Amino acid sequence: MATATATPNPKVNHIGLPILEYRGGKSTLCAGCGHNAISERIVDAMYEMGVQPERVMKMSGIGCSSKSPAYFMSRAHSFNSVHGRMPSVSTGAILANHTMTTIGVSGDGDTASIGMGQFVHLLRRNLPMIYIIEDNGVYGLTKGQFSATADIGSKLKTGVINDLPAIDTCALAIQLGATFVGRSFSGDKKQLSAMLKAAIAHKGTVMLDVISPCVTFNDHEGSTKSYKFMQDHDEPVNEIGFVASFDDIEVDYDSGQVYDVTMHDGSSLRLRKLKEDYDPTNKAEAVRTLMEAHENGEVLTGVFYINTEKPTFIDLLNVVDQPLGQLPQDVVRPPKAALEQLMGNLQ
Amino acid sequence: MATGDLVLGQEQGLKAARQRVVNDFSINVATVNGSGSQSANSVLLKSIFGMGVPVSGKNLFPSNIAGLPTWYTIRASKDGYVARKRDTEVLVALNPETAKDDILSLPAGAVAIYEENMNLKQHREDVICYPVPFDKITAAVCSEAKLRKLVKNMVYVGVVAQLLSIDLEVVEKAVKKQFARKQKVFDLNFGAVKAGWDFAAEKLVKLDPYVIEHMNETAGKIIIDGNAACGMGAVFAGVTVVAWYPITPSTSLIEATTDLLKKFRVTPEGKATFAVIQAEDELAAIGMVLGAGWAGARSMTSTSGPGISLMAEFSGLGYYAEIPGVIFDVQRTGPSTGMPTRTQQADILSTAFLSHGDSKHVMLLPATVRECFELSGQAFDLAERLQTPVFVLTDLDLGMNNWMSEPFEYPEKPLDRGKVLTKEDLDRLGGFARYKDVDGDGIGWRTLPGTDHPKASYFTRGSGHNEKAGYTEKPDEYTYIVDRLNKKFEHARTLVPAPVVTRNGTSKVGFIAFGTSDFAVRESLDQIKNEYKTDVDYLRLRAYPFTHEVHDFIASHERVYVIEQNRDAQMESLLKLDLPAEQVVKLRSILHYNGLPIDARSVTEEFVAKEQLASSY
Repeated sequence: MATATATPNPKVNHIGLPILEYRGGKSTLCAGCGHNAISERIVDAMYEMGVQPERVMKMSGIGCSSKSPAYFMSRAHSFNSVHGRMPSVSTGAILANHTMTTIGVSGDGDTASIGMGQFVHLLRRNLPMIYIIEDNGVYGLTKGQFSATADIGSKLKTGVINDLPAIDTCALAIQLGATFVGRSFSGDKKQLSAMLKAAIAHKGTVMLDVISPCVTFNDHEGSTKSYKFMQDHDEPVNEIGFVASFDDIEVDYDSGQVYDVTMHDGSSLRLRKLKEDYDPTNKAEAVRTLMEAHENGEVLTGVFYINTEKPTFIDLLNVVDQPLGQLPQDVVRPPKAALEQLMGNLQ
Repeated sequence: MATGDLVLGQEQGLKAARQRVVNDFSINVATVNGSGSQSANSVLLKSIFGMGVPVSGKNLFPSNIAGLPTWYTIRASKDGYVARKRDTEVLVALNPETAKDDILSLPAGAVAIYEENMNLKQHREDVICYPVPFDKITAAVCSEAKLRKLVKNMVYVGVVAQLLSIDLEVVEKAVKKQFARKQKVFDLNFGAVKAGWDFAAEKLVKLDPYVIEHMNETAGKIIIDGNAACGMGAVFAGVTVVAWYPITPSTSLIEATTDLLKKFRVTPEGKATFAVIQAEDELAAIGMVLGAGWAGARSMTSTSGPGISLMAEFSGLGYYAEIPGVIFDVQRTGPSTGMPTRTQQADILSTAFLSHGDSKHVMLLPATVRECFELSGQAFDLAERLQTPVFVLTDLDLGMNNWMSEPFEYPEKPLDRGKVLTKEDLDRLGGFARYKDVDGDGIGWRTLPGTDHPKASYFTRGSGHNEKAGYTEKPDEYTYIVDRLNKKFEHARTLVPAPVVTRNGTSKVGFIAFGTSDFAVRESLDQIKNEYKTDVDYLRLRAYPFTHEVHDFIASHERVYVIEQNRDAQMESLLKLDLPAEQVVKLRSILHYNGLPIDARSVTEEFVAKEQLASSY
């Protein structure tokens, strides 16, 4: 099934904007860095989904990955915060204005080491946002130390072998409450584009771990996060087809080898099974499959888990439809009679 | 009042009883944490308040859920003094473990009320003793054994009320208020009060001089704790996002805020116009506050020392990226975990410069519950006006204890949401430079996410940035921003609340204090005036950065004593950094840092010693 969306005019998307309006500043990352490819996929996905750029909040922490929001969608609001703390800043921003589309970009160090505390609590809350880990297994800006997602046995350029197990951020995300969890590869344009578009249509926490090779410090023989290794070991669990709600394409539902999911905005996501009997709605099976893949040295990709029913954090807080940050004084300051009543009770 | 080494026997006691001490003494109730004595203490406090007598209560409790000793002191003061009194005159000893130490700590001529089987009389011949069979009285009025531990406290209320001649009807009213709408609970508790009262009336002979008499000093006044007052201030300032992590002694600030939000900020459709989130830690709490402030919400958190330490990195981000947010710090005794249930004013320096690099912050310093309400509201206006985190520093004494106050006044001034550009502004201007000083006050204009204009966005970052919010490592672009931040901080001096100054025009000596030290200082000023015929001027700080009045005050005195509740003279140090060299030498310190609230007598004694004053007595 086709993943490309039909646009009414080849030059503009369905809200009338050319792709130029989704571009960002010039990247200062290394030539060939996987992160740049991911930025391009985000630009494509936002453009194709017709998201109004200024209705987007781009959030990040610290690291090479966290610089990348500067390289896509300059028309969107952006907050490059502190190391490992993007989840809390995003939580506050979304509480202040839950009508925005929020995309956070983090790295494996920013998420799985310094940011682990906030990351797991973001997942628990099912905060409505897209959380992307640009995962290369090393700290780039400090010149190539292992991160906590580096696989056991993988080798640094200097010959140092990693002897600690990797943290599987996808398994964690599934277990802790994210409602759309997937892994992709910066070099897999088709899969990543489809996944990002579905992510934009989803309501809840989308956690995407995108293997994104570091060409300077972790793209050599012995690395398990290199382009070569991914090309050899990438095992998709499903093929992702996405049809946006505004697309005039009939989706024919066939049973058996596909899972069809209707997204909150009316878009449809079709997951065609590539791995035998893989069920992306079964948490326990998803985690078991990921654990087994580690044992077998496979790198599974695809949409591992999806749940469109679970309430988001915003639903649970039962807040008004209008952004909290924009409520007028007469709504947020209780009347004089309220204070008089309180004072009376205290006398 | 009984003083000196006078040894009082029964006869002398009777004589003392004739020389009555009216509405001017302290009661200390020694109990066990978790025994439910809080309601009884509150009823006694409110009964004295109900008699029209100025009163204050202080809870001295352990960092423990149940089982460790707790003391509650109630001070009645006809002159309206509400600071801790160093000595207590009436002891209610209900904790066998501490009873001996408790009675030994009393001044001669004081009163001890205790469970009769403890036989405390043997320890002090010079204390007037009233043994009471609490357990027996309690058992007679409370058939349920499980409830007796709680009800016993009400028996002491009855005994004390009768001995001090507090009207029984006034106590009844206080009990009714305490157990509002729960008739059965009221019956049980007031029954216990009555039993205690009857016992004292029938069996005890009044030998001490302490009595409460009707006054008219509390009419129209309220009683509230500082944490609740801060929460109320925040709600009436229109707070919408509250993120927090539990920590003593700030937790009740958030609880009060949450209760009020649920009461006043739910739409008829049942939707909340606020969000309260218990965060995973203090780092996340302030991260949420800054995220929300950035996106346009009035946001706050509340914490204490250890939480302030954890908020350091984010505070620097808030300062440098210029994001509003309000942080309450209910200070407790440090360093490290310190004594979590004891008070101090020891986060002054660490908060003023919280974070690495050249960071500095606006701090507001309420001294009373009324100021807790007012300055909390002002903190939100200042945070948005100055686009920076604003810290409101109270302490455990103010935050967790009950204080008498004039009722709070409704804030009539509209909310100041600061410099925010709308879509229409952007249409007109065609764009903006986020970090440019266009108005000459050091404050730039910002936009909020969700402003529907293609030129509305900017890139917020804690890394080096230029006036257009672009990344920079250029020396001149970097210094433009940090120099402008300095200019903004200077501008803040003109916006923060001015100090409260009391001066007589001739005094060469001045006091500077802030926060809860105020109560002891004002009482001490009266002691110094009455006992040493010396006038001392007084300036009470209400904010950092310091306003020009602070400089003027120091310049116009020869010696200025900075009185504060920490070991390292933190506020004095902060003043020294702000003052010209010739003024610095004028500063002296009076410090109090043992975890108990500062008292007037200690201030007076230290001042008198340093000034070598002779008593006029």
